Amino acid sequence: MTTATLSSATRSSQRSRVIRNVLRRPSAATAAGFVAVLVLFAVFGPLISPHDPDAQDLGNRFAELSWSHLLGTDEFGRDVASRIIQASRIALVAPLISVGVALLIGLPFGLWAGLRRGVVDAVAGRLADTVLSLPAMVGALAILAVLGPGLVNAMVAIGIIFAPGLFRVVRGATLAVAEETFVHSAVAIGSPTRRTLWVHILPNIAAPLLVQVTILMGVALLAEASLSFIGLGVQPPDASWGSMLKAAYTNQFDAPYSVVPPGIAMVLTVLAFNTIGDAIRDAVGLRRGI
Amino acid sequence: MTLLSVEGLTIDLPGRQPGLVEDVSFQVSEGRSTALIGESGCGKTLTSMSILGLLPAAVRVTAGSVWFDGVDLLTCTPRQLRRIRGGPVGMVFQEPMSSLNPTMTVGDQIAEARRLHLGERRGAALARARELLERVGIPNAARRIGAYPHEMSGGMQQRVMIAAAIACEPKLVIADEPTTALDVTIQAEILALLRDLQRDLDLAVLLVTHDLGVVADFCDEVVVMYAGHIAERTTVDRLFYDPGHPYSSALLAAVPQSGQARSRLTVIPGRVPSAGGFPAGCRFEPRCAHAVEHCREPQPDALLGEGHRTRCGRVASGDLTLKGAGRG
Repeated sequence: MTTATLSSATRSSQRSRVIRNVLRRPSAATAAGFVAVLVLFAVFGPLISPHDPDAQDLGNRFAELSWSHLLGTDEFGRDVASRIIQASRIALVAPLISVGVALLIGLPFGLWAGLRRGVVDAVAGRLADTVLSLPAMVGALAILAVLGPGLVNAMVAIGIIFAPGLFRVVRGATLAVAEETFVHSAVAIGSPTRRTLWVHILPNIAAPLLVQVTILMGVALLAEASLSFIGLGVQPPDASWGSMLKAAYTNQFDAPYSVVPPGIAMVLTVLAFNTIGDAIRDAVGLRRGI
Repeated sequence: MTLLSVEGLTIDLPGRQPGLVEDVSFQVSEGRSTALIGESGCGKTLTSMSILGLLPAAVRVTAGSVWFDGVDLLTCTPRQLRRIRGGPVGMVFQEPMSSLNPTMTVGDQIAEARRLHLGERRGAALARARELLERVGIPNAARRIGAYPHEMSGGMQQRVMIAAAIACEPKLVIADEPTTALDVTIQAEILALLRDLQRDLDLAVLLVTHDLGVVADFCDEVVVMYAGHIAERTTVDRLFYDPGHPYSSALLAAVPQSGQARSRLTVIPGRVPSAGGFPAGCRFEPRCAHAVEHCREPQPDALLGEGHRTRCGRVASGDLTLKGAGRG
């Protein structure tokens, strides 16, 4: 019993070492702080936001920045700051759905194809080629045409588009790790294929996988914004940074600065995801190098 | 009692003739150790890997059988094979530094076999792993159990590998050049450990090596492989005092002797032919110092005496007597 607690203590200290390594870099710490604020907004949005994000005030359209409306109001007189906060929930959930769907498809097939090669590899590889050869947006639109518009459907479509790329990354990394002697020795100890994949190979491809996942989070956010921009993602009255940009674009002569709040929120969020991805890669690589 | 019996094992790379390993037969008895020796590229490792079905996907076993405890391992289902791997048959690999999963503690890796085969819970398996670490001579086992492989030296990692291989009290351990990647002093310690374990646990060991010193130290029987064939099969004493194949005696002559400073190192000219380029007759004939015209014809496997077989026709017919080296 004591040994078990001892080893799990060592293990958790190992994990916290990676986290410390990530947070030691000022850029990564800032990015993580930004994402943390975003999470707070997403969770406690209704409590924090100064106004009801859906409350219209048609007498007060396109209001300037002021203490009562920190970022002004939009074409229906709704408080922009509150809508940005409301949309942060979608900004976090939407990429999670896409990346989740991509992982659900790409990870198991990638692991299997990388370890076993053979027919699964050949078929999945050609299928991935096919999807990758389509322009991503056109593919997503085609899938949306089948599923119908809406945030969840849009993100699932994007996830399906992401899956082949993730499959490639996972397969390639698995291919390299599968040649390592410790994988053979795990098999020689009687480890079944599924256990070999999840326990012995997955942790050893975690670094490239994490980097890919964080980058995909950023790309998914942009894709969500694009689909919402053309009206296939978030449906009114819900706010997404993409749909807010669309509104800002429509009203650019009445309120030219209104592209700024959602635009900046989006840029910073994508930047934060990517910065964290880079830091994780470096921290894990650093640890492996010792 | 014979524990492992390899019969007529032939391993092919589809599309290439002849096979990488052809018609290999040998036995490993309970509690005894058998060496599989030969130069690199002779098929030793392929032969040992095929026993547990660990061959690379591109190569196939096309003939023969591997009997272990009354079961033909080559006809086992993957599930049956999994029960044998790490259970009654343990395996130790060549390079300890890459044989351990860098993301798992050594305790968990040793415990893994017990959890898989005996269904033990993690706590119990880890407690047993600590005992095993002590058994293989790692000091401070209680603390080491939570260590990661990179925190250990190569010799310690190999001890961990051995602990994992014997975790489920196997009857047979296959060790593929377990000491090649280690320092000479550590090699001796690891061999001493293996010998202790063999005696205490009544293990049979199949040792793949190209180090004749290890063979002399450790083994009872020896299988000499050359270019995918068995050149000679005999006891270690017979091999050293009365070798039955020119290849064996050439290997013995190539071992540097102490007390002979400034003498020329004896070598075997040429190199092992690669599969597909094997000579039609005796495969060693192009490099053999004793070759005659007759050697260009296929050589049958001949019995020289009790448990002593050779593939050299000249030795079998009494035409040629080879000099042994002793156990110098």
